Amino acid sequence: MSALYVVAVGAVPPKPLEWIEAAAAEWFPLPVARLPALRMPERAYDPARGQYHSVEILKAVARAAPANTTRILGVTEVDLAIPVLTFLFGQAQLDGPVAVVSLCRLRQEFYGLPADEALLRERAAKEALHELGHTFGLTHCSDTRCSMSLSTDIALVDAKGGRYCPRCGAHLVRRFAALDGEQS
Amino acid sequence: MKNIWHILIVDDEEVMCESMAAWLREDGYRVDTAPNGRKAVELAQAADYAIYFIDLKMPGGMDGIDTMMEIRRIRPEASIIIITAYATVDTAIQAMKEGAQEYIVKPCNPQEISLLVSRILKLKKLQRENAILRKKISRQYHHHDLITKNARMEDILSLARDISSLRSTVLIRGASGTGKELVARAIHYSGDRAARPFVTVSCAALTETLLESELFGYEKGAFTGAGAQTRGKFELANGGTIFLDEIGDISPKLQADLLRVLQERCFYRVGGSEEVRVDARVIAATNKDLAQLVAEGKFRDDLYYRLNVIEIRIPPLRERREDIPLLVEHFVEKLAHELGKEVSGISEGAMKLLLDYDWPGNVRELENAIERAIVTCRNGKLQESDFSSLEGSIGRNQPWQVPDLPLAELERQAIVAALERKSGNVKEAAAALGIDRSTLYDKLKRYEIPR
Ligand SMILES: [Zn+2]
Ligand SMILES: [Zn+2]
Repeated sequence: MSALYVVAVGAVPPKPLEWIEAAAAEWFPLPVARLPALRMPERAYDPARGQYHSVEILKAVARAAPANTTRILGVTEVDLAIPVLTFLFGQAQLDGPVAVVSLCRLRQEFYGLPADEALLRERAAKEALHELGHTFGLTHCSDTRCSMSLSTDIALVDAKGGRYCPRCGAHLVRRFAALDGEQS
Repeated sequence: MKNIWHILIVDDEEVMCESMAAWLREDGYRVDTAPNGRKAVELAQAADYAIYFIDLKMPGGMDGIDTMMEIRRIRPEASIIIITAYATVDTAIQAMKEGAQEYIVKPCNPQEISLLVSRILKLKKLQRENAILRKKISRQYHHHDLITKNARMEDILSLARDISSLRSTVLIRGASGTGKELVARAIHYSGDRAARPFVTVSCAALTETLLESELFGYEKGAFTGAGAQTRGKFELANGGTIFLDEIGDISPKLQADLLRVLQERCFYRVGGSEEVRVDARVIAATNKDLAQLVAEGKFRDDLYYRLNVIEIRIPPLRERREDIPLLVEHFVEKLAHELGKEVSGISEGAMKLLLDYDWPGNVRELENAIERAIVTCRNGKLQESDFSSLEGSIGRNQPWQVPDLPLAELERQAIVAALERKSGNVKEAAAALGIDRSTLYDKLKRYEIPR
């Protein structure tokens, strides 16, 4: 039976993983299951920037995917980046099975503020839905309330909603019901 | 339909190419990569890319500047963005002199690059749309989707022609999806500004600060990410028309700014101290009752009177049902072509269903329903079952008739409709259907999700 897997990359406390799993189960008609945490791949670390290459983490997550994987979402506490960008909240293979989301910049502590568990929960759910949406073929949405709208800073994460808009939702439904004629 | 732009990334480092390509694909662009200048030139000969990202430093025969020069020779219209490291910024500035449109210093922040790309593409889209529309207008006066035989709509269109060459502000009222922007375009393209830009701004989609810089532009350094001086929509609309959609949603501060532009025809860019003068005709639209908002003190009365010089009210689709068959025919033809599907028409039953429906989302909802129906259509003719997502709201005036279909298919349609009503939320759809989530999974499982 196929499943949507969630896997920690490096140390991640249990609560955020549970929140993300609950959000995924609410939106995707698939059993959601957790895999044992992965060790952070050594080559992912960029000492010059003190950050982690998201592409290397995506690769590690892909390698860990069981045969019955429909989608697999890596969750990490480290700060993600790619060579051209200063940081990423997450990254996904468009239409592909693998995505990763980082909690690092979703935490108030990152901005020198006191921890806020409720806020972290909201942000983690939004960004997990966002990256998983990409794996189901959704691209960025112009509806600023939709989880698929692009957030390039934390204020924009907070400004958007924790739901898909009707248009993105309809795309997902077509996808789930395996109707033909789907476009990405 | 979303316009898919093509972007080419040229860099000798594979990880750099792939990670940037993946990021841009999430934004909906089609992205190719090339490991060196030779390959990039080859690709540019075969396909027309809207933007080229070129790394300045590449080993081998051709560096970034050589590659850029060669691509500019084949594609003079191309927008080229040079990618550079801090150490080589001077060379990048040199590249700008040779014709690069922008340069970015890696790593740069996501907002900067996302704004840069969307700014370039918006301009390209505008140029392209205006070029196409100019051609169409010069052939004949023709408003794409403004098809009607309804007397009120015909009055509106003739009013649009009459006022097209005036400079007066126009306020267009109508529920969402009634075609306010189409009427605004009709006014613009039938008047003496037709050859100048028509620029659209949706005021509700942006936060106050984003809308402010969208409208008025900003100076370099006005805020984080403001990498270069940028012209706003008012400046882009100079000589033409600016269409401000959902004007009822703007904040008091922007109401004041807008009033100033209407009164004095000038403004300041965000972070700027130099006055910018513009000549742009303002057409505003709203689905709200602005007079009511004025009475409640949420909208400035002086701005309301400035905007409301000429008022046009567009009726909802349910008050012009005679237009539904014409619109259906038009959208089927247009969308089947765009979606690349062979659809010849619509069954009598399906047409009846569309005529009876209330269309709370108006013409846009009709267009979306037809787009969705064409996507699901399996036999070349749209059937009632292709409009299953509408059925939930039908039947207030008549008893619901169970379509003649196998039970499994009825069940599938009920599930899909419930999911669509909840934007795809499985938990809420299961609750609405009165089943639990695992039952819904089981029922959906026979339509196994493709990998
Ligand atoms: Zn959306
Ligand atoms: Zn995204």
